[in-house]
Amino acid sequence: MSRTIVPLSQLSNGASGRVAALNTNGRNRRHLLDLGLVTGSRVEAIRRSPAGDPAAFNIKGAIIALRSEVSDQILVSLD
Amino acid sequence: MDLTNQSWDNKTVYQAFGLNPIQGQLVMALAGNPNTGKSTVFNALTGLRQHTGNWPGKTVLKTEGTFTHKNTRILLVDLPGTYSLLATSADEQVARDFICLGRPDATIVVADATCLERNLNLVLQVLEISPKAVVCVNLMDEAARRKIRVDVKALSRELGVPCVPTTARDGVGLEELKDTILDVATGVIATAPRKVTYEPSVEEAASRLEAQISPFLPGWVNHRWVALRLLEGDMSMIKAICKQMDDNARKIVFKDGAAI
Ligand SMILES: Nc1nc2c(ncn2[C@@H]2O[C@H](COP(=O)(O)OP(=O)(O)OP(=O)(O)O)[C@@H](O)[C@H]2O)c(=O)[nH]1
Ligand SMILES: [Mg+2]
Repeated sequence: MSRTIVPLSQLSNGASGRVAALNTNGRNRRHLLDLGLVTGSRVEAIRRSPAGDPAAFNIKGAIIALRSEVSDQILVSLD
Repeated sequence: MDLTNQSWDNKTVYQAFGLNPIQGQLVMALAGNPNTGKSTVFNALTGLRQHTGNWPGKTVLKTEGTFTHKNTRILLVDLPGTYSLLATSADEQVARDFICLGRPDATIVVADATCLERNLNLVLQVLEISPKAVVCVNLMDEAARRKIRVDVKALSRELGVPCVPTTARDGVGLEELKDTILDVATGVIATAPRKVTYEPSVEEAASRLEAQISPFLPGWVNHRWVALRLLEGDMSMIKAICKQMDDNARKIVFKDGAAI
């Protein structure tokens, strides 16, 4: 079964998916892991700031704002 | 020169963090993810006996306070709320340095009972540095309201350190928390934190590096943890070590009666 994989930045409000991969390394990657973005965890797009960036996501029960340059690096498979 | 037997003056260490514990006072740290109720716990324990300032050299807020429990005086430090101790931000660096170098007599990690999973990352990071820890599972009222049941006994067993359920806003569970942190700090409760085991190649490299660095960092609480950070290429850790080694070198020079 194949699922659609998109960057987290493409999720519209209310849409959710599971982390499939992180397209970054080193400190950046570590930081995303610390925020709870480990493979398989569920992420939901909550809202966007008026300019569209940053956007807020629900990650394991905390609302976390990410800039698109960061959310571009997070690949999610859509629910 | 043998650095391994160098005695470590804890008072000097605390002064480097802008703290002046009085004789016989235990030093404890309060860590946790943002918004888990750390300050609520801190206020409940210390009341009005608080002092706010900045960490030396950092624009990060530091709050310290005192209280007495069972005739033991305790200096409590409210650390900045962080998801991690791996020092990507000034807040994380302060929390990490204090737990790693300040070596508090006990660290309380305040966790949110409504989203425990996300809180356990920091809990495990603290346990990886220091075994003298207690997990305060806070917001139990909110968890109950959302029909989340936390098996605190099982959690304690899995983590190898005491976990205490609290509703800090209503003062529930704080007496047990105080008893527990005192017992952990004084060694009445012996903790056995769950050890994180990495892939064999990482474990092997870490133990080799650990053996090499430990003679040079006598005051550091946990050489395995430092070795793991070095393997990660953590620049802030490398800087912290360089600073520490300069301080050590200076002490040795003084001890030998030589002038700098
Ligand atoms: N329902 C409930 N709310 C709580 C409890 N403990 C704290 N709160 C509330 O949670 C909010 C955050 O509490 P703080 O004590 O400021 O949390 P903190 O961890 O210090 O937050 P930061 O310093 O910003 O990371 C406040 O509105 C508190 O009143 C609790 O046990 N139950
Ligand atoms: Mg606070």
